[in-house]
Amino acid sequence: MGTDRLVAVAAKGVEERERVIVRFAGDSGDGMQLAGGRFTDATAAMGNDLATMPNFPAEIRAPAGTLAGVSSFQIHFAARDIVTPGDTPNVLVAMNPAALKANIDELERGATIIANEDAFTVRNLQKAGYEQNPLDDDSLKGFVVHRVPMNTLTQRAVEGMEEVSTRDALRAKNLFALGLLSWLYDRPRDITEAWMEKKFANRKASLEANLAAFRAGWAFGETTELIDVQIRVPAALDMEPGTYRTVNGSTASVLGLLAASVRTGLQVVFASYPITPASEMLHELARHRSAGVRTIQAEDEIAAAGMALGAAFGGALGVTATSGPGMDLKAETIGLAVMLELPMLIIDVQRAGPSTGMPTKTEQSDLLMALYGRHGESPLPIVCATTPAQCFSAVLDAVRIAVRYRTPVILLTDLFLANSSEPWRIPDVALIPPIDPAFASPNGHVFEAYSRNADGARPWAIPGTPGLEHRIGGIEKSQPAGGISYEPANHQFMTDQRRDRIAGIEVAPLVVDADEDAELLVLGWGSSFGTLRAAVRRLRQAGHPIAHAQFHNLNPLPANTGEVLARFKRVLVAEMNDGQLVRVLRAEFGRELDSYAVTQGRPLLAAEMERELLERL
Amino acid sequence: MTPSLDTNASAATLTKADFQSSAETRWCPGCGDYAILAAVQGFLPELGIPPERTVFISGIGCAGRFSYYMNTYGMHGIHGRAPALATGLAAARPDLAVWVVSGDGDALSIGGNHLIHALRRDVPIKILLFNNRIYGLTKGQASPTSELGKVTKSTPFGSPDAPFNPISLALGAGATFVARTLDTDKHHLPAMLRAAAAHPGAALVEIYQNCPVFNDGTFDALTDKQTRAASVIELEHGEPIRFGAEGEQGVIRNGDGDLEIVAVADVGEAALLRHDAHREDPSLAFALGRLGQGGGPQPIGIFRSAPRASATAQLAAELRSAHESFGDNDLSALLHAGDTWSVGA
Repeated sequence: MGTDRLVAVAAKGVEERERVIVRFAGDSGDGMQLAGGRFTDATAAMGNDLATMPNFPAEIRAPAGTLAGVSSFQIHFAARDIVTPGDTPNVLVAMNPAALKANIDELERGATIIANEDAFTVRNLQKAGYEQNPLDDDSLKGFVVHRVPMNTLTQRAVEGMEEVSTRDALRAKNLFALGLLSWLYDRPRDITEAWMEKKFANRKASLEANLAAFRAGWAFGETTELIDVQIRVPAALDMEPGTYRTVNGSTASVLGLLAASVRTGLQVVFASYPITPASEMLHELARHRSAGVRTIQAEDEIAAAGMALGAAFGGALGVTATSGPGMDLKAETIGLAVMLELPMLIIDVQRAGPSTGMPTKTEQSDLLMALYGRHGESPLPIVCATTPAQCFSAVLDAVRIAVRYRTPVILLTDLFLANSSEPWRIPDVALIPPIDPAFASPNGHVFEAYSRNADGARPWAIPGTPGLEHRIGGIEKSQPAGGISYEPANHQFMTDQRRDRIAGIEVAPLVVDADEDAELLVLGWGSSFGTLRAAVRRLRQAGHPIAHAQFHNLNPLPANTGEVLARFKRVLVAEMNDGQLVRVLRAEFGRELDSYAVTQGRPLLAAEMERELLERL
Repeated sequence: MTPSLDTNASAATLTKADFQSSAETRWCPGCGDYAILAAVQGFLPELGIPPERTVFISGIGCAGRFSYYMNTYGMHGIHGRAPALATGLAAARPDLAVWVVSGDGDALSIGGNHLIHALRRDVPIKILLFNNRIYGLTKGQASPTSELGKVTKSTPFGSPDAPFNPISLALGAGATFVARTLDTDKHHLPAMLRAAAAHPGAALVEIYQNCPVFNDGTFDALTDKQTRAASVIELEHGEPIRFGAEGEQGVIRNGDGDLEIVAVADVGEAALLRHDAHREDPSLAFALGRLGQGGGPQPIGIFRSAPRASATAQLAAELRSAHESFGDNDLSALLHAGDTWSVGA
């Protein structure tokens, strides 16, 4: 046995690749998110650039073995800077027939499939809707298929261990798959094993079973004749120097709030009601008591907005986070915040569809609601995040606007950003600019709650300040005293003032990444950044001149937007909705704009963008 | 430093005028809200909390205007949401005295959810529920406290829906302080406000309030000098529950465990129920709150006052001080938490 093994190892070749896309797919109960997460950490430690995309059903445990229950985790890692989790996997790990069926259409011929053949039972095949075993017929012709009996090998690995049942053994098969993939891509083992030691510190039996499964997967890769080559993806050398960690958008948003708290000196009061995919922020922030963060799980979405606004009145950084259905409910309170002219942050982690829609799928379809979804004339600034890690600075930007201009700000992220991970260069805290809350203090004059500074912003006078006692509310206010007013001219003035104050907010100019002779500009906002950039790169590699710009601020739009649009013959606006930004831009700038608008509940694919752009070159 | 509601040096000189804003009051002539406003402004100086540390947050409805008339910090919010706004404020600012002013439609209909959750959380806010059993500002529709069969603009054939009993609702939500009083009672109303202010957690004071325009006289039996003695059962902690001009009637617990109104002469004073507002178990308070629900004498006073250590206030103070000591180095440590790696220059 030992000799065989040596021979096998010696026979394996090593191949170098610039980038690889791997997708782990299995039943919701198969631990695919865990396997993917561990693979990600090991990959980050290798120094690869990476981007991930978890994909899971809304049901916590859909019937096992069915298509509805398939959960997957995709990771794209490379020896160079990459920007998307990738379109089509090079390798699919299919833990059961349903996982194969749900994902096969997204593979290109030539891709590798590693199938857990033990799970391809008659019953599982039926559940997945296969009439015969696809591993046995020639339906997978053109793919490289490795049949690996993962259940058997995992069970064998834990055989004889005390206190480890067959059930425990089977639960560890995701670690077997992880071990196999870790070998295949030469990921460091120690990082994963150290994680297990920590995770199962108090459960010795689980630790041993999982370690054994992981090592068995690795050893299988090393020794099996099925796989004859190990693939190396060298560390990325084009990353900016610095200290990195992987973050997803939820974590980056949370860290952004903590940074905003320190930089403003304001305590964070974060009120929210559980909703997919925003709940992660509540979970994470709730652990940060040492930073003075107050989290409140409110009784409903309306209360969550009200609590954030009440806290803001008291001089805190009032924040609420939600997704589409919650935004509907918060609209009235956001309108009150518009009227009160108090800083407040509303984070909308967008998800797909009207009503419940597809809660675990991504979309960018709340833009028009954020802009216009309140009664009366109630303008407010809108900021969006473009990558998972960029959520950190998007939060800071949103808070800066909210505090300086005394206004609620909607920050649009989305499910893809929230769940996807990428390396983040940790900023030097000292370099994050301070944000002065500039609370009002008595100046000897009668306090006027709706007086204005050069930005058009009113004073933020917080309770506890003697001499500045005042009453604010939803009723129209008189300028500048802040009393109740029904005067026609005053209402006109205040409407104009609210509009002009928001329109006059200073935002960074739109940055255009353009080839000198580009005639076509592709414009996006928010999370399509990576896909658009990847598509543009491919076109450039093929020798086509092109330009790309991505909005970070949607209200107000950057001051140079019109100028940028005027520079290009053709402009394509790409977004994951039914054409929302394009409508705004057409209305605002009155020029012809092409629209590529998709609602499939998943990020735009680089290949499809490349095709769309090619057609328009 | 732990912020607290301690009085300050200037407090000794506070007067009613310090709490009166210059805004012109715009309630209808004869509205019960005037009497409540006067009572609140009149009693606040004795707390010794200056106007700048006092906040009134109101909802929508006639009662909602209350905050404009107080020379304190104030917010006139949106319909039903005052308890949520106040919860956020109290979470951020344990050093403030936060009052909520609401009506029966505001607190019990559109804002019912916020009311019960503020009470169950025992947020340190004092909620004044002006109950006139009608929608006033929208001109006379049935409210959730309107009597069954009540004819209003929206219920021309009589309200088909049974009313809420706010005392029952609050106790059901786990409220630690629940009281009822009358708008025009110049002694009882301030006494209830005082007790609510002294309560460390959430306090609900239901104030029967007359609407002279849309529901005039609905509480006349309780407020009219001629009928009051026979209609009002004043609860006093530690005292036997009795009422009537000569205290000739009283409340007992009968064999079935139900409360019953009896002639004291028939049962003897010793048989009367002795009111204990501090009982941990709210069931007796609940039964008292239901007395007179369908007609007959009704109790006013403190049904329940069972303070518990307010987690909200303590947590708010702890987090406030954590926030104050959290600086750049702590932030940097959090940003670097977990697995990190370096990319060289």
